[in-house]
Amino acid sequence: MKEIILIKNGELALKGLNRMNFENALIKNIKTAINGLGATNITRAQSTITIEPVDESYPFEEALERIQKVFGIAAFCRAASVEKDIDVILRQCVPYLKEAMQGVKTFKVEAKRADKKFPLTSPEISRLVGGELLKNYHHLKVDVHNPELVVTVEVRDKAAFIRAGQLHGAGGMPVGTGGRASILISGGIDSPVAAWMMAKRGIELDAIHFASPPYTSIRAEQKVKKLLGRVARYSGPIRIGIVPFTELQQTIADNCPEEYFTLIMRRMMMRISERLAKRRNSLALITGESVGQVASQTLPALVTTDAVVNMPVFRPLIGMDKDEIIEISRRIDTFEISIEPYEDCCTVFTPKHPRTRPTLEACEQAEALFDFEPLIEDAVRNTVFETIEEY
Amino acid sequence: MQDVIYLDNSATTKPCDEAVKAALNAMENCYGNPSSLYEFGMQAEDIVTDARKTIAKALFCREDEVYFTSCGSESNNTAIFGAAELLKRSGKHIVTTAIEHPSVLEPVLALENAGYEVTRIAPDKFGNISLVDIENAVREDTVLVTMMYVNNEVGSILPVEKIKSILQKKGSRALVHIDCVQAFGKLKINAPALGADLISLSAHKIHGIKGAGVLFVKKGVRLSPLIKGGGQEKGLRSGTEAVPAIAAFGAAVKALPDLNNSAEYLLKIKNYCLERLKAFENVVINSPENSSPYILNFSFLGYRSETVLHHLERYFICVSSGSACSKGKGSYVLREMGLNQSVVDSALRLSFSRQTTTADIDKFIDALQLALKLRKSNI
Repeated sequence: MKEIILIKNGELALKGLNRMNFENALIKNIKTAINGLGATNITRAQSTITIEPVDESYPFEEALERIQKVFGIAAFCRAASVEKDIDVILRQCVPYLKEAMQGVKTFKVEAKRADKKFPLTSPEISRLVGGELLKNYHHLKVDVHNPELVVTVEVRDKAAFIRAGQLHGAGGMPVGTGGRASILISGGIDSPVAAWMMAKRGIELDAIHFASPPYTSIRAEQKVKKLLGRVARYSGPIRIGIVPFTELQQTIADNCPEEYFTLIMRRMMMRISERLAKRRNSLALITGESVGQVASQTLPALVTTDAVVNMPVFRPLIGMDKDEIIEISRRIDTFEISIEPYEDCCTVFTPKHPRTRPTLEACEQAEALFDFEPLIEDAVRNTVFETIEEY
Repeated sequence: MQDVIYLDNSATTKPCDEAVKAALNAMENCYGNPSSLYEFGMQAEDIVTDARKTIAKALFCREDEVYFTSCGSESNNTAIFGAAELLKRSGKHIVTTAIEHPSVLEPVLALENAGYEVTRIAPDKFGNISLVDIENAVREDTVLVTMMYVNNEVGSILPVEKIKSILQKKGSRALVHIDCVQAFGKLKINAPALGADLISLSAHKIHGIKGAGVLFVKKGVRLSPLIKGGGQEKGLRSGTEAVPAIAAFGAAVKALPDLNNSAEYLLKIKNYCLERLKAFENVVINSPENSSPYILNFSFLGYRSETVLHHLERYFICVSSGSACSKGKGSYVLREMGLNQSVVDSALRLSFSRQTTTADIDKFIDALQLALKLRKSNI
């Protein structure tokens, strides 16, 4: 007997002729995720990916934890791979399932016979394996409708797999199959969640952060990197560009009407982000905005910020409430970092009474009071890039 | 590396050469376990004993009243929980102040949640604690009075030397704990004369290294330990002694200059700084008169503490912001003093050491001048 990990593709199975591309991307991401844990053979057949560790001392729990974060997986589990012989299956299933069986009172067995040349039918396999388990574990009862545990026996081309239950995968699509987009990340609760949601749909992430020292702290920058590190557990490494933003912000504050500070700042951020995104072959921008959350996120405000860019701006949180966003941020372990108390985008420049129903014309007029173009170009040119590994 | 102008000596201090040497010696030559039976372990024990002697001398107390811990916070926790446990049958009332260090505030709060009653004396608008308030706070069932000698944020000096006589006058048998972390090595601390039962000290605030603290426990006071185990420090603090940090603590105490001389020097530094700060129209001083010469708290009105802190950082000047960065939060000490939110949000704390020079102050003032070019914030 050998212990292995079985991984079931998610929606991938639906993807017609492109399926191979998606599966290749998924296998590549799985390999990256479990890199460093030990040598394995990875194979695939019938929308199942099999990871077979070379060494018996393979750290299965750690590997499963990492695989849980790979997008594009519907379900996964540990399994015993045994010889395709009913006697062997019956002999091996009892010790292999010992721990799992001891934790439950009711179970059922499901057999799947992919290899139709196997001499027994699926119901026959189920009955035999079920009988063998009952004979060895006297506390167990069979419950075909509501079992605490489903034992599965799959008879495949090369071997039979025995497993107890399975875990839900992260769902979504393999990262990298959806093209690249750039997340504008501040350090708050929302943007890491927005990034995670796009990565879940297969988008490869790039990140852009605006730093305004000394109004913002170096710790705020560190915090953003830690947050991206958490997202990188799911998405793989993320390239971040840190934009020096102090001068632009000061200039806005010196030259534009106060109630437009934030809006103009957002518009500048969008312009800079678009240029950075294009350089990085990134096809869209992502923000963590949700309608009405703050003054700059009212619908009229979003209209004025969108007006300055010619690429799609995705806002996956747009219809979500704060508590729904927080729930996800806790799940992906970014919440605790997000609430560290460092200034993100300096509230120093926050107007006392921001415009909540701005018009595009008024914004453009306020902006026309100064020629910002050279400062925008400076900011783009002086952006510093770095790759963030998982944290 | 650029030379740092370190004006944050209440946070920690630069270890003095003597302390570094003593720690190195303990690590390189005497790395045995003080509890081991062989000669080599005894060498480490000797280092600990020697440091204990030095600190006892500095506190005018007996050697067997000095217990090593890992830090000031541990000393405070051991003192407060230990005293409450010891006197739990005599009463359940604690007297403290609203401006204590978190390592006193939090244990006291934990006891309050466990059923103790707590009187927290508020400071006046200058940050001083009044003797009358202490006297009024003490009750028949008071079991512990815990107070700091010098406040870490504004430098106010609390009238701790009077606590014992108040208790005697009132016939109270409450224990007295004094958090001397910001006072030791700066003010004379005569443990018997202070009438303290418990005193907390920390090594790294006086040019020692991080990882060693002391709890003075008056002979006859029997505390229960927070950490149980091998029975080190007469069972009050199990765990192998941090010999290098303890060695450095002893060495740092030996290296302390005469307290009066250094107080005089520090007062010169502080007064010079006060004088130069007067030139700024937007500066208000938050430290009270006659406060510790080592600490100077002021507000740079119109500018958020954090912004100015990071601005100064660019000139390699380290100061502390009394206030956290998010709007509306900020120093609880300044808020307890009843200061305006705008004063609290723009507060900065300078803390000096004997290594601070007037040239450092000049560089700081120059950099602060440039801070006036920063954007004012809407606070």
